Amino acid sequence: MSVWYGFCDLLPLEMLHWDFMKNALLALLLMGPLFGLLSTMIVTGRMSFFSDALGHSAFTGIAIGVICGMAFPTLAAVAFSVVFALLFSWVRGRSNQAADTLIGVFSSSAVALGIFVATLGGGSFTKYNQYLIGDILSVTPEQIGLLAVVLLAVILFWVLYSNRLTLTAIHPQLAASRGIPVGLSQTLFVTAIAVVVTLSISSVGLLILNSLLVLPAAAARNVAGNLRQYHLLSVLFALGAGIGGLTVSYYLGSSAGAAISLILAGIFAVTFCLRKRRG
Amino acid sequence: MNFPLHDGSCGHSCCLRVENLSVRIGADAILKDVNLHVHCGELVALIGPNGAGKSTLLKAILGQREYAGVIAFSTPGQRSKKPRIGYVPQSPAFDPSDPVSVADLFACCMSKRPAFLGLGKSMRQTVLECLGRVHGEALIGKRVGTLSGGELQRVLLALALEPLPNILILDEPLSGVDVEGMAVLMDMLDEIRKTYDLSILMTTHDFSMLPRYADQVVLIDHALLIQGPAETVLHSREFLQAFHMNGGLA
Repeated sequence: MSVWYGFCDLLPLEMLHWDFMKNALLALLLMGPLFGLLSTMIVTGRMSFFSDALGHSAFTGIAIGVICGMAFPTLAAVAFSVVFALLFSWVRGRSNQAADTLIGVFSSSAVALGIFVATLGGGSFTKYNQYLIGDILSVTPEQIGLLAVVLLAVILFWVLYSNRLTLTAIHPQLAASRGIPVGLSQTLFVTAIAVVVTLSISSVGLLILNSLLVLPAAAARNVAGNLRQYHLLSVLFALGAGIGGLTVSYYLGSSAGAAISLILAGIFAVTFCLRKRRG
Repeated sequence: MNFPLHDGSCGHSCCLRVENLSVRIGADAILKDVNLHVHCGELVALIGPNGAGKSTLLKAILGQREYAGVIAFSTPGQRSKKPRIGYVPQSPAFDPSDPVSVADLFACCMSKRPAFLGLGKSMRQTVLECLGRVHGEALIGKRVGTLSGGELQRVLLALALEPLPNILILDEPLSGVDVEGMAVLMDMLDEIRKTYDLSILMTTHDFSMLPRYADQVVLIDHALLIQGPAETVLHSREFLQAFHMNGGLA
């Protein structure tokens, strides 16, 4: 961290005078590639709504962890999310209902359970707010370390599995005919999203998380002609919106998460207008 | 690529023998006592009403379905007894919004290197060679979702031909293809089986192409009803009954 702080001090930027801004910037530099990559597969695999639901289930996990007096509620949240994701995968594989219907069922059940547990015996809801609104400006060096580890794990996962995951997402019949275990691939991916979403939620908050998981790739799809452009643009959009949003929020005194989400929405709007240029 | 060519003497040998094949799902018999021989170098068309068990038969041959009976391959000139089967699955179109090019699709199927890093030079060359077999080099940079039905089938065919198989199996390759595209595709299949000396087994609902291209037509409806040259099968009583054309179209 001291190397990073030293580097920031060399930059002639007033906003980087503050340690919390240095932390936030570093966190966003890690989150750019992390969510840029993840969002490509989430959108291709039509899992946008699912990752949104996972955010809610993570909150339920945290509530359960706090009630049980676990030292690290995040750990409980990860466990709960993975169970949630596996259960969803299992039901989806055996039901003829549309995926969005099933996600609705799981999402509202998880939220209801979370609120029920959190308010049990007249408990207050407010102590959980930090997990939902979680502010990028209060990110700690430990959380940044965790983000770095998660990023490395995701890059490794991508190098090893992205070809198979892409093929499974775009054409399951073809994937099966090439000997790819389609069900296992989907379960693996769903579990990976569950872990990443839950580990990130307390440091970045639900709002920014959900926009970073969907919008970079959604915008990139408007203009990308192949997988390389798709990934590259998605990561660049996530990075650009992160840095831009942080700067804007500093000078205008608004919420950083909201600023980042709005910039991503703006990028989507621009790419949407440019989309016809590609075949 | 280094496909051991069959010697000419195998003209009448069987590349694929299916004997007394039965497939059950729970209490339902999907296929019962099917006997089928696919001769080397022949194009065999599998026809039958919807739900007759055509796709199930293909899946049993591919080893994706449990069955009772015998499915045997002969692969003359090849050391391994295990045949290489090229399979073109029944294919819905790709999502037009997926930013996946034809080159990416090949890389995802064939390369260990992650496709999102782009294609290496040698991979690009391989893809061009594969597409060359279906005269589709120009499709390499197109997004898969923008391909026409015929173009999509050609791309999937090119994928199934690498590595070159002994038998090529296609599930409904003509569905979603316009009349002009059908002739192009069937000409291409004809050319491929002659050039690479492989057998083709395909299911289809389009009978107009059969007399010209199929060596054998096999009609099944849970059991094998009739098998023979297209003209014979298409004018048979079994065919008219299976498709409820009792008015005597023949």
